[in-house]
Amino acid sequence: MILKYLFGKNEAIPVGSAAIFFGFSSIMWFVIGTGLGSFNAAKLAFPDFVTGTEMFAFGHMRQVHVLAVIFGWISMAFAMAMMYITPILGNTRLWSEKLGLWNCMMWNISLLLGLSLLWMGVTSGREYSDFPWPLDLAVAAFITIPLAVNVWMTIIKRRTQGIYTTNWFFAAATFMLIIVFLVGNLPEYFHLTGLTEAYMTWWFAHNVLGLWITPVAAAIAYYVIPKVTGNPLYSHRIGHLHFWSIVVFYSTPAAHHLMSAPLPEWLKSFASVEGVLILVPAIAFVSNILLTMQGKWNMFVENLEVRFTVVGVLLAIPLNMQGGFQQTRSINWYIHGTGWMVAHAHLALLGFSTFLEAAAVYLGLQTLMKRKLYSLTLGNLHFWLLLIGFSTYWISMTIAGLIQGAGKIYEVPYIDVVIAEHPYMIARWLGGTMVFSSTLIWLYNMWMTAREGTVIPAGRMPHELAYER
Amino acid sequence: MNFREYRIGSRMFGAAFAISMSITLLFPSFDLAASVVSEVGLDKQLTSGWDSGWQLSDPLLNGLNKPLKVLLRKDPKSGAPMEPVYAYVYPAGTTLPNGVNHTANLGHGVEELSVKEGRIKEARKEDGVVFLIKKSDKLLNFEDKPLAYMENATATKGWTPSEVLKQAADSDILHAGSGKTMFVREGCWWCHTLLPEQTQDWQVFGAPPMLGDFNGESPTAFGSDRKGPDLLHVGSRNASREWMMLHFFNPRLVQPHSIMPRFDYLWGEVDADGKKIDFKKWRSEYDEYREGKITTPPDVPMYAKDSEIRNLIDFVINLK
Repeated sequence: MILKYLFGKNEAIPVGSAAIFFGFSSIMWFVIGTGLGSFNAAKLAFPDFVTGTEMFAFGHMRQVHVLAVIFGWISMAFAMAMMYITPILGNTRLWSEKLGLWNCMMWNISLLLGLSLLWMGVTSGREYSDFPWPLDLAVAAFITIPLAVNVWMTIIKRRTQGIYTTNWFFAAATFMLIIVFLVGNLPEYFHLTGLTEAYMTWWFAHNVLGLWITPVAAAIAYYVIPKVTGNPLYSHRIGHLHFWSIVVFYSTPAAHHLMSAPLPEWLKSFASVEGVLILVPAIAFVSNILLTMQGKWNMFVENLEVRFTVVGVLLAIPLNMQGGFQQTRSINWYIHGTGWMVAHAHLALLGFSTFLEAAAVYLGLQTLMKRKLYSLTLGNLHFWLLLIGFSTYWISMTIAGLIQGAGKIYEVPYIDVVIAEHPYMIARWLGGTMVFSSTLIWLYNMWMTAREGTVIPAGRMPHELAYER
Repeated sequence: MNFREYRIGSRMFGAAFAISMSITLLFPSFDLAASVVSEVGLDKQLTSGWDSGWQLSDPLLNGLNKPLKVLLRKDPKSGAPMEPVYAYVYPAGTTLPNGVNHTANLGHGVEELSVKEGRIKEARKEDGVVFLIKKSDKLLNFEDKPLAYMENATATKGWTPSEVLKQAADSDILHAGSGKTMFVREGCWWCHTLLPEQTQDWQVFGAPPMLGDFNGESPTAFGSDRKGPDLLHVGSRNASREWMMLHFFNPRLVQPHSIMPRFDYLWGEVDADGKKIDFKKWRSEYDEYREGKITTPPDVPMYAKDSEIRNLIDFVINLK
């Protein structure tokens, strides 16, 4: 069937095929990514757990976990969201389902190849841009550019007059990702060295989060909440403030990741001030979505997609309070390089953004397959295991980070920090394992939805039907 | 795109994005390009060679295409004893360090000295080169001390790589360049930074690096996240190869609370005497020791001279 689609006529491919393939691929990568995370956490808690093999050494697996989650789970869920939300908002079809399916297949193949090589230790040695440059070019050619072309063409070919906020974000973020990816890897193509390379590494890492993950996750909330609750977006103007302030304020503070490196001081100060201004888009976003919920807060309890979305939006509050202030010199000196940062990174990717992506995948797969979710019980289990697992992780790593920070500034022997952190490492592993189990439940639930979910009558939306199990 | 608003919006977007890219990319690049390499930076660049991450000449990161750092005690030409000096030996075919091909990278002053006095432009990859770090009173660095520069000893003194390697004992040859590749490949930098912080790390981890300490180094791999101690000056705190050997084989042998992974697989198949290492037996004996059935742990096999762990230990010891 897949071959028939890949080489068949575009018109012959059922609407939504690309999004469905992206949806299931993203869940599979979520299982793989969190499984690796749980395994890595076990090694930090119990260092002699699976030992003596190069392939299962922590240093070989850590980056595979990070990139599997970013480029597998999060980005593929984004692609899924774009491939069904963009056409709906333009009252049209996806520009090319065929390109979408090819995009999905090549994405899976290049990511599998890249991560396998990375696992073997074939790395550029740069955090977040670990792929060697031939693989970077493959990512650009097979992942980011085809996705962007499909999104832009769908928007250009739309049959509505205006462009809704969500599509503004989708169009801009796909463009910015291409730029960030190609420019961020310049040190590898042209062998730039030293601090230039180090700074560019963090320029990339900062912007891939700020100009790709954050805006696209927010764009999903701009779609899901009005769509499911039936309330119009509280304010398009605030939506535009959010959009512009992301472009202006989130693209500039890259240097705040290197506050203790010998970079130019003007750059660090500039980055630090711009970093606080991240609160502008953050407050615009959170208030806009929560105000859209007015009169429909019952759906926060009753509807799974709304619950996932709103939790994601609520997690944006601590995320941005941390993000805005932890990079100022007065706080950064204490927590830089500690578990606090690990906790913060998981708050961004596993808290804030994962909950929003999960909502998009839940809603999209039900809408496109025209099947009601197989089981609300399993959905609830997924939600609570994810939330409790994440919270366990976040709280334990934050505490561990504060201990580590105290150890750092009082300069205690490092081994005492390791001993003090041990209970929190166990808690982190338990939390991570809960998250991993929740993804297995989700995969089963979505699979059963595809096979046995109640068929949604034409003209109806998934949330209009009652849950049955 | 029929609306006037969208045309204006697209242009505004382009302008906003372009301005932020200039401020974060263009202006910093002027500042960073103007930095002058320090003596530490020269040492790092000459020790680790062209690149320590993925490169076409070393696609699987086996530590190929790397120089050797040699402590020379005798003159390579005459064999007469001399004041010990570090020579950086690039055997024929090894890619030359970044600063030789891109001299501007060395920065103002060092570039001129290295080209004129050090004759680095005469270095030939095909023939191999021996580099030294020299100091000149003609120019001073920002601390008013003599400025360090690169010298191509093959051109100035006629030292060839084979002559230098012939004079040196194996214990005076540091495979620190290949060791940096091991450091990158094995992901040591996920837990150990090479960046003491400017605020509170001085007493335990030593002085933080300075602006010129990174020129020509790729990747810097100084890390972002600590799960173990900073290693930038670890060789000054602990230079014992024996301790390093025990610690890499199984960190719990010397530090019971360590959470570092075992790197016993870097020993390879055989030990220093060419005997096959029985890892299975070692691990079961170690388990018995841990359970209290035997009183001493099994002996750690001495690593072979050409093993990957030798490279890594050389790199770590060399972090002064």
